[in-house]
Amino acid sequence: MNKNHILKKIIQSVITIILVLILNYFLFRIMPGNPLQMIMRNPKATPEAIAKTKALFGLDKPWYVQFGIYIKHLLQGDLGTSFLYKKPVGAVIASRVIPTVLLVGVGEIIAVIIGTLIGIVAAWKRGQKIDVTLLSFSLITYSMPTFWLGIVFVAFFSVHLKLFPTTGMVTPGLTYTSTLAKISDIARHMFLPVLTLSLVMIGEYALIMRNSLLDVFTEDYITTAYAKGFPEKYVVRKHAVPNALLPMVTIVAINLGLVIAGAIQVETIFSWPGLGRLMYDALKNRDYPLLQGIFLIVTICVIIANLCADMLYSYLDPRVKN
Amino acid sequence: MENAKKAARKRKIRKFIESFKTNKMGMIGAIILGIFIFLAIFGPIIYPYDPMQFGTAKDVMAPPGPGRILGSDDMGRDVLGGLISGTRISLAVGILATIISMVVGTIIGVASGYYGGRTDAILMRFTDMFLVIPWLPLMLVLAAILGSSIWNIILVIGLTSWAGTARVVRAQALSIKERQFVERAKSIGADDRHIMVKHILPNVFPLVFANTILVSAVAILSETTLSFLGMGDPTHPSWGMMLHFAFESGAASVGAFWFLLPPGLCVVAVVLAFTFLGYAFDEILNPKLERR
Repeated sequence: MNKNHILKKIIQSVITIILVLILNYFLFRIMPGNPLQMIMRNPKATPEAIAKTKALFGLDKPWYVQFGIYIKHLLQGDLGTSFLYKKPVGAVIASRVIPTVLLVGVGEIIAVIIGTLIGIVAAWKRGQKIDVTLLSFSLITYSMPTFWLGIVFVAFFSVHLKLFPTTGMVTPGLTYTSTLAKISDIARHMFLPVLTLSLVMIGEYALIMRNSLLDVFTEDYITTAYAKGFPEKYVVRKHAVPNALLPMVTIVAINLGLVIAGAIQVETIFSWPGLGRLMYDALKNRDYPLLQGIFLIVTICVIIANLCADMLYSYLDPRVKN
Repeated sequence: MENAKKAARKRKIRKFIESFKTNKMGMIGAIILGIFIFLAIFGPIIYPYDPMQFGTAKDVMAPPGPGRILGSDDMGRDVLGGLISGTRISLAVGILATIISMVVGTIIGVASGYYGGRTDAILMRFTDMFLVIPWLPLMLVLAAILGSSIWNIILVIGLTSWAGTARVVRAQALSIKERQFVERAKSIGADDRHIMVKHILPNVFPLVFANTILVSAVAILSETTLSFLGMGDPTHPSWGMMLHFAFESGAASVGAFWFLLPPGLCVVAVVLAFTFLGYAFDEILNPKLERR
């Protein structure tokens, strides 16, 4: 692994984060006027909130001073006060992280495993009936609006068949007799959201794995392996698949945008108490500080995840030198 | 010389059409898309519908019946009518947003690849930022700030989805500027603008075209999602907006499948058609795939 390569990637990520901070600042301050105007537009804002915002951002000072104040507050972990919850944005966001991580984590793991398997089978049996079926399945799930799939599942499984609860993460008002009872209650609530989220991602992963594997099949070392007389199954499993899996590392990171989009929609449909639902509520109530806070934190997390994937990739694939 | 060039181009196009005709996926995509484009243009004439015409109380979420093939929505309006008038809006937003995205992506890609050096570094950092920022939160934030008019939605989608195109176009421009004809044009004193417009642009065009199809699919999905999440323009009800009202009015909990399913199925059909077309073009145009 090349030290310069890593250093370059880290510097690039830092630059991207700075650009995002500037973008974020300008979006919320310059474009519609200033935070004061935004608060005035919000019917839920109290006079105290208006006064506090005015003092907080130094609104009478030039923009670069305001930007400095903004960065200073950020570094102190101060993201402002939510109009809707009347609490610090940081605290509101922190209380919603775990449900999202749980939902996205489980959904992503299932999607990666099943998607990869589908991709392998499709590439291996290229052009055959099973490939066409799997490919169509992948393309159809990939073309579906996530939220729509979620609503259809709710209408069918929860309302029509009454198999699963429609909303939330736990049954309200229920006291659990054991930890196991609590886990099973959460699992019951999680089933449909996870199913929706992973279904829309499976298609994407399957298509990428299929392409990656088809590319690997044209490599010389595969021909060599066949020439050595290894059986097909062995070549696919031991030579082709491990190499085709490499790009999946970066794809999982690149796809985070897709996963987050999925989480926002799924959490909205199922009233899952995570960051996605929080963003929907912030949007609905025009809670700009909260919206800005979520946007900033999610974006920085994605940038860092991409950096980690880059480093992992260059560690796994020695061909990446520069 | 000029004639020979034209003939060669014509031959290329004919060959492309020939291979496209034998591509099953491409043909299915083209047919589905053709139907929806027909509906978008002529639908409102064949099947008149006024979104402002609300039904009476007994029409609210009425199941399909005589005179109302697909039942009615939460306001007692005809679902089929909403679907047809929504076709025009969804397609128009998707296509206009794609055009913006293509123009921005191509300009940035060509400039970045052609000039190289510092221009390239700055433009690509900027492009990377747009690639890495999660797209839905960005679109939602922009839409929330700009306000939900249909033009803002088009602008928001167009201005956030060009980064992929810019990257691909840049790579192509990089290789084209090293070709002989660019050297030749330079040596006889052609300026940068002339070279970019007359030599680089025509050569990146097939790539831009193939990208247009894939971005269209993404743009239509984006519009649907934005409208669903309440960021759409209520005066221009698209399919996404219909689904927004279906969700908000609890169509799922009363089992009003006639209101829930059709708009979503239309989105799936159109996005799938674009994806099929994209795949077909990729298979025909991408020389690397032939080896497989």
